[in-house]
Amino acid sequence: MATLEIRDLHVTVAEADGGVKEILRGVDLTIGSGEVHAIMGPNGSGKSTLAYSIAGHPKYTVTGGSVTLDGEDVLAMSVDERARAGLFLAMQYPVEVPGVTVSNFLRTAKTAVDGEAPKLRTWVKDVKQAMDDLRMDPTFAERNVNEHFSGGEKKRHEILQMELLKPKFAVLDETDSGLDVDALKVVSEGVNRSLGRTDVGVLLITHYTRILRYIKPQFVHVFVDGRVAEQGGPELADALEESGYDRFLAKA
Amino acid sequence: MTAVDETTDPITETPANGARAHSHGAGTVPDASRAERVTSYDVADFAVPGGREEEWKFSPLKVLAPLFAVAEAGVDEAAAVEVSAPDVVEHRTGTPAQIGAGSAFRPGDRAAAASWSATTQAHLVRIPAEAELDAPVLVTVRGEAGRTTSGHLLIDAGHHSKALVVLDHVGGGAHRGGVEVRVGDGAQVTVVSLQEWDDDAVHVGQHDVLVGRDAFARHIAVSLGGRAVRISANLRYAGPGGDAQLLGVYFADAAQHLEHRQFVDHEATNCKSYVEYKGALQGEGAHAVWIGDVLIRAAAEGTETYELNRNLLLTDGARADSVPNLEIETGEIVGAGHASATGRFDDEQLFYLQSRGMPEADARRLVVRGFFADIIGRIGLPELAERLMATIETELAASMPGADDALQAVAGTPTSTTQHTTEEN
Repeated sequence: MATLEIRDLHVTVAEADGGVKEILRGVDLTIGSGEVHAIMGPNGSGKSTLAYSIAGHPKYTVTGGSVTLDGEDVLAMSVDERARAGLFLAMQYPVEVPGVTVSNFLRTAKTAVDGEAPKLRTWVKDVKQAMDDLRMDPTFAERNVNEHFSGGEKKRHEILQMELLKPKFAVLDETDSGLDVDALKVVSEGVNRSLGRTDVGVLLITHYTRILRYIKPQFVHVFVDGRVAEQGGPELADALEESGYDRFLAKA
Repeated sequence: MTAVDETTDPITETPANGARAHSHGAGTVPDASRAERVTSYDVADFAVPGGREEEWKFSPLKVLAPLFAVAEAGVDEAAAVEVSAPDVVEHRTGTPAQIGAGSAFRPGDRAAAASWSATTQAHLVRIPAEAELDAPVLVTVRGEAGRTTSGHLLIDAGHHSKALVVLDHVGGGAHRGGVEVRVGDGAQVTVVSLQEWDDDAVHVGQHDVLVGRDAFARHIAVSLGGRAVRISANLRYAGPGGDAQLLGVYFADAAQHLEHRQFVDHEATNCKSYVEYKGALQGEGAHAVWIGDVLIRAAAEGTETYELNRNLLLTDGARADSVPNLEIETGEIVGAGHASATGRFDDEQLFYLQSRGMPEADARRLVVRGFFADIIGRIGLPELAERLMATIETELAASMPGADDALQAVAGTPTSTTQHTTEEN
């Protein structure tokens, strides 16, 4: 049983005009193994900033608060150390890596995260099975990472990594965006498989409620203006589907 | 990689007056056309470059000076050359005239003309018509510190033959060498020129390729070693239907000058050309120059051409000059375009890989490997590809300090010493 704990997190970002803008203004969240937490909120409320701050993107500066994984100071770790500690970020816009095949990338990542190369025979089988489960063509493994991928292929590839790398905690940043309903189901099944097979705790960041029809959260947090404005169970998501974010925006 | 500049020009219009419809880089080519550049076997037709000449303005002339000198009588300038080839291949040596050299090669600068006149022992590698080689021809040119060497290699591939020739330049000293490649009708020939010189070596080479009717020719330049290397690859077509690629990779370290010039001269109809050079640069005074000239003459209807140069700047203090020149005299072509981009490591790429657990050094290695993989892979010899990648990774290690803050300093500083040129008119 692992715990990811975020306490009073404050994060700023440098703006083009040289100014500094505070995006997160004191976020508190505790996620345990096996739990699914949905972070919902209007555009610009800081949802993605939270995701990237946990992963350690250099664009964001943490000015206060803490993030700990089983008591270990995540903020003191480099980006790769966080991944090796068991954190995973499924990105909204994963970048291309020309000349690097998916199969090479996956093997290199698995080796880095585990600290040793996976056993070749089981690894090849695992990759094949995971790709099959995500309805990915076998030729996909020989394509260059994210190069000429469709939006749906990029998201499948992110979830493929989640299934293979087996993190302790996965942050899924708008994984539903740009997916048609079929792709959304396939991707959601992948997340649910990870939840069924491992103890992963999931932080599901989304603007819309539709992905919550396929991935059931136990906790819903509404993000407004850089902090959690309200939290509750799945019924909160239902309420948002009815009334939208207006109620929170008016309050803010 | 972050693209700084990129241009593509699909050209379709026909010139109303029959003159050049579209020309790039007229400002950097003082001749009215690239076709007017002097070629001659007589070294007296070329003055010793002073640095103002368009074709020499990027080059370190002091360092290259020994290569402009006319050979002294009685001084043996022959480079040490070893050739190993499958039995079916003929290998002979003699004067350029004795081996029949020159029909597809005309010196285009002072160093090439001086080399031609100084060469007493030229090498012929002849692949008989219809012979399909099952192993590559390996030619090693070994320079010697303190000496200036000259040489000429004629690769004569008969019609419908199939061959891979790997020319490896090693050792030290100053070397000027001509390479003449005749690709017979319907033949498929790849010539790889490796510049794996010692750190102090200087090298100016001219490689002329004549592509036969419906033939396929591929020239790959790989420049990793040497103090200063300048390779000019010139491509012409002997008949219609030819398909040719001029490819290159280079890795310039501190104080190293690596220059690659190509001239693709389209005169026959329905020919294709593709030029792609990729380079990485690191360290103070690392300098790469890429000049890609393509001329589509009025008669060259149905031409399809594209040229591309990419530079990856790994540290401050490195400089890449990149100049594509496209000159088009007919509108009846399939397509013509060029692209050039010079950038740094993409922070988002590194973040993505690091977020998958890879330490920064590993992530950089993977990105650089990927950057070069495609062209290196097209050499078609996995062991050689792996050896070249290993050399590249060894060089790369020099720009990867262990400390995190040093890496931040490298990644975060502005590109003030970088010059990138794309001439447009």
